Amino acid sequence: MTVPLTLLGLLERQPSHGYDLKRDYDTYFGRGKPLPFGQVYATLGRLARDGKVTGGDAEPGAGPDRKRYAITELGATEFDAWLTEPIEPEPHLQTVLFSKVVLALMLERPAETYLDTQRAAHVQRMRELTEIKRSGGLMDALLADHGLFHLEADLRWIDVTSARLSALAEMVRAK
Amino acid sequence: MTSQNASPAQQTRRWLIEARDVYRSFGQTPALAGASLSVGNGEIVAVMGPSGSGKSTLLHCLAGIFTPDRGEIWFDGQRLDTLSDTKRTELRRTAFGFVFQFGQLVPELTVADNIALPLLLNRVHRKVAYAKAAAWLPRLGLDDLGTRRTGELSGGQAQRVALARAMVAHPKVLLADEPTGSLDTLTGEMVMDLLVGLAREEGTTVVLVTHDGRVAAYADREVMVRDGKVINRAGIEVEVGR
Repeated sequence: MTVPLTLLGLLERQPSHGYDLKRDYDTYFGRGKPLPFGQVYATLGRLARDGKVTGGDAEPGAGPDRKRYAITELGATEFDAWLTEPIEPEPHLQTVLFSKVVLALMLERPAETYLDTQRAAHVQRMRELTEIKRSGGLMDALLADHGLFHLEADLRWIDVTSARLSALAEMVRAK
Repeated sequence: MTSQNASPAQQTRRWLIEARDVYRSFGQTPALAGASLSVGNGEIVAVMGPSGSGKSTLLHCLAGIFTPDRGEIWFDGQRLDTLSDTKRTELRRTAFGFVFQFGQLVPELTVADNIALPLLLNRVHRKVAYAKAAAWLPRLGLDDLGTRRTGELSGGQAQRVALARAMVAHPKVLLADEPTGSLDTLTGEMVMDLLVGLAREEGTTVVLVTHDGRVAAYADREVMVRDGKVINRAGIEVEVGR
């Protein structure tokens, strides 16, 4: 789900070859699960078909694809909307949130603001679950608790990440 | 900077309690650096933020315990920070209730003594004060504990007594600083259920400092304090009147 958007984000930095995109994706987001070359080129193909990237002419050299891809205005708009909007608060968001924060820092976007917006969305969902607990029965409370504890874990991650943004920015921009 | 074209007094009437562009330092260390927060009548607002962000200092400024180096504190249409110490203390006794992380009860006194204390300090007749204190015991599930010394209570019981003591004089504002910080999850939830339930019943405005998202979720809205400034939900610095 986030692979196309992550590739768009990497292209927002600078036009790149598929190989470079795969290398950067694996370095920052792969974490033991590298992106297969086939998926990189298939995704880039779909993005090009939908007008979100342009492929350019093939350059001479070895390998299956020597095109240099660049993000289009449509692609940049879609990426920006994804980066700016908070994610629907639900458990196990860390991977998506992590990708958003790293890309925002790479692109010198206001990562702290994104985290603030996400924190607000989380607290709003926690508020709804708290109300369900306060007005419902024990079963409702138990179900709401399950959601609350997971959202609380996300919230702690948001807070800790927020406190570490400067160090993280230094790391991702040093490359 | 103000956000409307009304006079400061008119603007303040829209809000029960306000910090306007408040600065406060401790020695060379700035704790607040232009913090603004406006809380409406009957509203419950959570003030979140990491340790050292200035959230407790903001609460103490709103309470009139700390005087800002710069900026203004308004309460119910009057400027709080320029009042004399005597008038500010009087206002704190009559219009404000406080709950802190550790109940700050007098351990040698009984539960009833502790709850009646604010009324006795306000020169309410002893018999009336104790009758009012006794009326709060069942509301907080403390029915059989009136004669118990507070030093013998569990953390949850002590916080419920602290809540009764804060509410007994029917304050307009309840200021709570990490009220569940020393409690386990279930006990903390019970205290927050009571705090919010009582505030709604009594129409009390609540400013609640917490770093805990589960506690903040009890509030009508939350703000963040970061680097001595108040930030709203969208990560934007809060201006006066917002």
